[in-house]
Amino acid sequence: MAESARVGTGARPSGGFVLGPLRTLKNEFTDKERRLAYILVTPALVIILAIALFPLLYAIWLSFQEIIINQSSSFVGLQNYAEMLQDPEFHSALRNTTVFTVLSVSLELVVGMAVALALSRVFKGRGIARATALAPWAFPPAIAAVMWRLMFQDQVGGGIVAYLIKSSGIYTHPILGNDAALIGAAVLVDVWKTTPFMALLLLAGLQVIPQDVYEASKVDGASSWQQFWKVTLPLVKPAMLVALLFRTLDAWRVYDLLWVMGNRQLNSLSVYVYNGVKISQLNFSLGNAAAVFVFLSSIAIAFVFIKVLGTRAVE
Amino acid sequence: MGGKFETRWGKIVFYVLIILFVLMTISPLLWMAKMALVSQAELDAYPPTILPRSLDLTSFKTIFGDDRFRAGLINSVVIAGATTVICLSVGSIAAYALARLKFGLRGPVLSLILAVAFFPAVAIIAPLFLQFSNWGLVNTYQSMIIPDVLFALPLTVYLLVAYFRELPLDIEEAAKVDGAGPMQTFFRVTLPLSIPGVVTTGLLCFIFAATEFLFANTFAFDSTTQPVTVIIPQFATQYRTDYGAQAAASMVVTIPLTLLVLAFQRRIVSGLTAGAVK
Repeated sequence: MAESARVGTGARPSGGFVLGPLRTLKNEFTDKERRLAYILVTPALVIILAIALFPLLYAIWLSFQEIIINQSSSFVGLQNYAEMLQDPEFHSALRNTTVFTVLSVSLELVVGMAVALALSRVFKGRGIARATALAPWAFPPAIAAVMWRLMFQDQVGGGIVAYLIKSSGIYTHPILGNDAALIGAAVLVDVWKTTPFMALLLLAGLQVIPQDVYEASKVDGASSWQQFWKVTLPLVKPAMLVALLFRTLDAWRVYDLLWVMGNRQLNSLSVYVYNGVKISQLNFSLGNAAAVFVFLSSIAIAFVFIKVLGTRAVE
Repeated sequence: MGGKFETRWGKIVFYVLIILFVLMTISPLLWMAKMALVSQAELDAYPPTILPRSLDLTSFKTIFGDDRFRAGLINSVVIAGATTVICLSVGSIAAYALARLKFGLRGPVLSLILAVAFFPAVAIIAPLFLQFSNWGLVNTYQSMIIPDVLFALPLTVYLLVAYFRELPLDIEEAAKVDGAGPMQTFFRVTLPLSIPGVVTTGLLCFIFAATEFLFANTFAFDSTTQPVTVIIPQFATQYRTDYGAQAAASMVVTIPLTLLVLAFQRRIVSGLTAGAVK
């Protein structure tokens, strides 16, 4: 978590606290302003400790126990994880989540970049374009899924998207009846809902690139294409990495969109956890082990982004 | 970029693409409006009619006549409202300390709070479910407000720190010279001056809590506590083929959210993207 924390802020621990430990420590709590600062951040810290860190540790402890709700629990070591890894339901959850994450995030990046480049130009109606772009972002994912489910209905008047897809000949079977088609549909909904937001993050990154960099590259005879790859992309990379990391972790924990689009039948890692915890209490321990798996894999994803794609993600 | 268009054709292609993008973004909303407003006969017609040919408010009567739907709307407002108030109270004082006061653990504290944004909510539903069962909190508003506050907190603090830092320091220093302590300065100067920022932050908090689904679907069992995000997906079973009612219900939720976002668009964008470029 410490790694991902640094991505968010770029803040560094103050050197003074590390260097003169004793003197500084005393100073930290006798100085009036400093003491007040600690008092002011305490409620926020208490919330994080009580609702995030304690439950997380509890979840890890629970994942080594065989739990029967309201009854006994006993230590079983890694047995829950072993069972989880052999569960075909978990396999489909992992597969669906991976496919959904890779497809939706990469499409959102490419389309989002195109939209951001377009919106970075000065043109009539730019304000309107930017405003409408933000609307789907504020929709509850569960409601967006309901809306699109209606449009994906086969053979009824409301199912406009299904009708368009069918008459174009791209896919002629009922979309809501097939897992692979459903995931494709869910990716489409996610792209619709999140691309504008991605574009706005990238746009903010584009707008801090000074105009004279472009002028200079033009003088050097660079084509628009070269300009994009050699100038724009490297300079927008930090903003892009933050947006990518954020979106990837978001997609990795997808729940509502797949749950509603698939009418409770489409599996994802989060749906698997939910089913274990809420629906089938016999699978409580497996669901909880999967919850810890989601947490650890999220850290791994954040780590890969930060280490492999560049440490200067935010600075 | 940002320059003039090289050719006339370039300009035309550009505008076509922009119009296409805007249409793609809003057409699902327009289609839902159409589905909600036409007669059942037109809804059943296949292939679909592109432009509406009838006007019929039955779908809206159906959903507003539904007790569960009305209760869901109220539950959503209560949960999101309480989350917003708690988050703003806790978040604003923490943000003030992080933006203006000097203390040794400033960096680590800010990092910890922001790290919550990357924390997968699903990782803690099992332990929270056990705890809430033990404390009799399952199927109460609190069971949703408590985790919602946690996950709305990083956004709140992040935005408020940015807004507080934008204020000119000299006004606060003038208050200090006049003998005001840090707390007085905060309540009398900083907070009143950042009302626009606080309102935007509160709005985003509200949207966040109103769109939350995982905790609501896990901890709320019936329509006494279930928010509208949980109620509407159930309509697929309850109203089966009454697609108009489902469309009308999604309209009732998304239109106010859309209007809010359009009204605050400029502030939301500048707030959310402030950190991405720094």
